[in-house]
Amino acid sequence: MDYKQQRIVITGVGLAAPGADNLKDFREQLLAGTSKIKEIDLRYFGPAPAGICTFDETRYRKKKENKRGTRAGCLGVYCSHEALADAALDIDFYKRSRIGVYVGLTEHGTVETENEIFNISQFNYDVKYWTHHHNPRTVLNNPAGEITMSLGITGPHYAIGAACAAGNASLIQGVQMLRLGEVDMALAGGISESTGSFGIFASFKAQGALGEAEDPRMACRPFDMARNGIVVSEGACIYVLERLEKALERGAKIYGEIVGYCINSDARDFVLPYDKRQAECIQQALERAGLKPCDIDIINTHATGTRQGDIEECKAIRQVFGEAPSTYINNTKSIIGHAMGAAGVLELAGNLPAFEDNKVHPTINITNLDPECALPNMVINKPVKLSSVSTILNNSFGMVGINSVIIVKKYVE
Amino acid sequence: MTRDDIKDLILEIIKDIDEDADFTTLQSELPLRDQLDLDSMDFLDIVMELRKRHKLQIPEEDYPQLASLDSCVNYLEPMLKNA
Repeated sequence: MDYKQQRIVITGVGLAAPGADNLKDFREQLLAGTSKIKEIDLRYFGPAPAGICTFDETRYRKKKENKRGTRAGCLGVYCSHEALADAALDIDFYKRSRIGVYVGLTEHGTVETENEIFNISQFNYDVKYWTHHHNPRTVLNNPAGEITMSLGITGPHYAIGAACAAGNASLIQGVQMLRLGEVDMALAGGISESTGSFGIFASFKAQGALGEAEDPRMACRPFDMARNGIVVSEGACIYVLERLEKALERGAKIYGEIVGYCINSDARDFVLPYDKRQAECIQQALERAGLKPCDIDIINTHATGTRQGDIEECKAIRQVFGEAPSTYINNTKSIIGHAMGAAGVLELAGNLPAFEDNKVHPTINITNLDPECALPNMVINKPVKLSSVSTILNNSFGMVGINSVIIVKKYVE
Repeated sequence: MTRDDIKDLILEIIKDIDEDADFTTLQSELPLRDQLDLDSMDFLDIVMELRKRHKLQIPEEDYPQLASLDSCVNYLEPMLKNA
């Protein structure tokens, strides 16, 4: 079979977001527009708004394993087990050597390194006190590897580093590996533990790009004139990806089919986004999906709440979609903050139930819409119910000029 | 430190590594690894904690001395007699 003809579907979702530890609760939270962003206190840095996940950390492994591993590993193990349970998939349905684990990470090892430097600072910086756990915790495949250890998966596992496009990039990797016949099932998604790193907050602050507000729930406000930067969140989302025929064979619930995707590069700047390349990325994903802009029902934007980032993305959307009257636009970060490597997949997951409930969750915290971001059909502060939703386009962009777009279509027999 | 103090110290360190560790049937003369959920990385944790708490530098060739609770006590007693 021509690999391009293989249809790849999402059959399970496991997630941890600031405010929800499963898709049903997450969807309710997004439709209600309830932010759980709160103030945290960071070593050296002090208070900052952030999104923290609350989930049952010992549901799938022991405290001892959580202590030895990383927060990212803990999030990944939880979400992977949840995704399999959600997919009603006995892991032995597939050979364990034919399952791939692909995890998108914006960064990894930052938290563990900062913690260790703080640790040896208590011992006059004597490196004899540096932990032997440092290397296994900080190798880039750590979170994916912790997932394989927990589930006894012996197929490939690795990380995809693609800044804040990493979640989408891993999902794309999963699709590609299934189509290439490298694996028969993929656990693919993204994870972020970045709230554990003062350095990430301090760097955004130094860049003038850290979101702040008296009420932390108001700190993340993409497209609003009063936005002042990014709210860093932790989070994770892992999908079960299968070939359509196998999913049908086992009677799986199908969330949607990944019909189009694209990753490209700005090749221009370390931090500044570029509308032209973003537009090309969207266009390429549409072409791959065989869809026209007017076929897209929901665009889930990447916008993080930085002025230039928001405006560039809106320019890109205008270039491709013009005045597409039937396309609705929303933003999930306004509710959960920026979950970095998990952002794309988490935000996509929060929109997948639209195929069932036909609703578009709102972008919150917009009181004074930036005219440069005033796209038609932007869903603001309240959800919108459509007659039907059959396509979702998800944008996810990252530093050093990486863009990713995924298009998911409702599965119809 | 008395022998009992040293025993308590080791058990306290193991509890820090694995708070689910159950000592009720632990036999002090038998290898800890055979009775508890401990591996080589955990033993390195024990070595590190002894370094942090009591500034003990245990050479790698002496690690086997930490195999059982009794051998730990025997090995550490002279080092911790004034602790």
